Amino acid sequence: MRTLLTTIMLCLFVLGSSNVFAQQLSADEIIERANQAAYYAGADGQANVKMTITAKDGITRVREFALLRLNEANGDQKFYTYFKAPADVYKMAYLVWKNLADNDDRWLWLPALNLKKRIAPGDKRTSFVGSDFVYEDVSGRSPKEDRHRLIERTDDYYVIENEPVDPSSVEFSRYTVQIDATTFLPMLAQYYDRSGQLYRKVEALEVVDVQGYPTVTVAQASDLVSGSVTRNEFSQVRYDLGLKAKIFTERFLRRPPREVTR
Amino acid sequence: MVRSCIYTLMFVLIMSTTAYGWQWHGFIEGRSGVRFQNDDSGANQRKAILNELRGQVDLSHSSDWAEWRLRTDFVADEGAGEHNLDLERGHGVIDLREANLVFFPHDSVDVKLGRQILTWGTGDLLFINDMFPKDWQSFFIGRDEEYLKAPSDAVLISFFPQWLNVDLVYIPKFNSDRYISGERVSYWNPMLNRHAGRNDPLKVEERSSWFDDDEVSLRLYRDVDGYELALYAYDGFWKNPVGYHPAQAQQTFPRLRVFGSSIRGDLLSGLFNVEAGYYDSASDRSGDDPLVPNSEYRLLVGYEQELARNFSAAVQYYLEYMDDYSAYRQTLPIGSVEKDRARHVVTLRLTKQALSQNLQLSLFGYWSPSDRDGYLRPTIKYKASDALSLYLGANVFVGEENYTFFGQFEDNSNLYLGLRYSF
Repeated sequence: MRTLLTTIMLCLFVLGSSNVFAQQLSADEIIERANQAAYYAGADGQANVKMTITAKDGITRVREFALLRLNEANGDQKFYTYFKAPADVYKMAYLVWKNLADNDDRWLWLPALNLKKRIAPGDKRTSFVGSDFVYEDVSGRSPKEDRHRLIERTDDYYVIENEPVDPSSVEFSRYTVQIDATTFLPMLAQYYDRSGQLYRKVEALEVVDVQGYPTVTVAQASDLVSGSVTRNEFSQVRYDLGLKAKIFTERFLRRPPREVTR
Repeated sequence: MVRSCIYTLMFVLIMSTTAYGWQWHGFIEGRSGVRFQNDDSGANQRKAILNELRGQVDLSHSSDWAEWRLRTDFVADEGAGEHNLDLERGHGVIDLREANLVFFPHDSVDVKLGRQILTWGTGDLLFINDMFPKDWQSFFIGRDEEYLKAPSDAVLISFFPQWLNVDLVYIPKFNSDRYISGERVSYWNPMLNRHAGRNDPLKVEERSSWFDDDEVSLRLYRDVDGYELALYAYDGFWKNPVGYHPAQAQQTFPRLRVFGSSIRGDLLSGLFNVEAGYYDSASDRSGDDPLVPNSEYRLLVGYEQELARNFSAAVQYYLEYMDDYSAYRQTLPIGSVEKDRARHVVTLRLTKQALSQNLQLSLFGYWSPSDRDGYLRPTIKYKASDALSLYLGANVFVGEENYTFFGQFEDNSNLYLGLRYSF
């Protein structure tokens, strides 16, 4: 019995790590792995983000925030974003309970009013805090929303083409994602409009190993039409901190946890 | 004595803690507003309704054990009628917004002590169970929307047992609204039978006795499957001087208790809220005292939805329904304007964001079909850079009668312009 178990576990281990087997993965499986690698690393995570938005004319705007994430058992997640800059949004917080089966629950904390303001469900293709990233880039796009097709496979990466199940819900007609064959991190996503023109791309510019999790530490989104570029630099990334679910409640909007204020 | 104990406690808490440090921020802002028209209501108001330079300093310190915060405005306001420093009414060169200490005596208890801004309830610029002070004057003359909330000098104790959240607020000395007194905004005064303005000082019997004129607010709340449920209770006074003491010829703040509840959650592809409350006018339970408002039922129903990317709309319906209406009618002094039993108000908010969310266009409108009056608040905010924001907006009051809630302010309709530098 023990031998059998050991054998099964060994097989699973091999399956989980080997490129030889991984190459047999279907497009759906690759996307699922990429989704896990990009948005679910560890049981929870923390990062400080410096976001620099550079318009075509060279004018820059900078947002700084701390981000906490907690994975829940059923694939749902909770996010806590605490703003540090610019000064007019200092101490504002943005709380999201991501529900895979339903609309996300979202709240904004307005410190000057001491008010937790619930936000109506919104279009996830809307710009995140005025940057070239959209909400879905930050919290993830459900793999079920697109049909996936593997269009290229090399030793180093896969390229998946994605077409929306509901084209009217998004601004793109399709997008391709280049996924690293070892880390399964999406390295380059390119979005095409309805006339087939490339108009937007999102890239991972730097990947670092943090506690055994390959982690994107510099990401960039470019709007090829407006010429605007947003660069995100992640620092103090940590996983498996043992974050408690109660942090993602009104109590800790009122008094932000030390994980974000430090 | 109490004060020195508090200072000692604050000092000990600050000094005994591991710091994550000091933070300081603020802004400098200039804002000017003028009436569209001369106030010819008889109140003799100036055309300039707001002309101020405001600097805010926000200093805070947090550690494992406590946080404290001092946020204060320094104001030079040429449009003001009152210049003597009054921290409760918000007059003078200092408007102290927050001066408080937060500490955590137990794993499931937080305490916030001192001057603070308190807000709860589900309404958007309509309040039923939020009995914390409002600054209607700031709201009407074009200050930033956050100034609608005036500070409270309070103790907030929050309990977080497993299955419920409890907020208990004790205010040892009554904090009234920063109500309309004629100082800048003229209003209908039934005693004068005309509009009152800066030359008609309102005589008010203040409630300023510590621990006698106190207020208690309570909220119990929890989330159930994404729906936010809450129960509320309040024991204190009407927040505006709506009572009248004939012998002293003074307006008064009669006793008031409020009990209510609310729910908020997703509905269809939007967000709904329902809030209700009963205003128990404790000094006039039978409704037959014409000098004290009757008890009332209040109800609010709201729905908000994003209509397109960066464009959302929200509607609300609000009702005030007088209890003991026949007693009110029977005892109403001859010659007084009889109020309707029900006051209905609907609101609409439209918000559009453009230019990478740096430009925000917003319109908030109140309309009362029963009073046949309304109030429009169009605003434009443009963030020219991370530090610099520009504001342009208006407060437009319309009404058929000169004594209804919004209609009485018709000659105060104004246009304002602001510039804020944040640091």
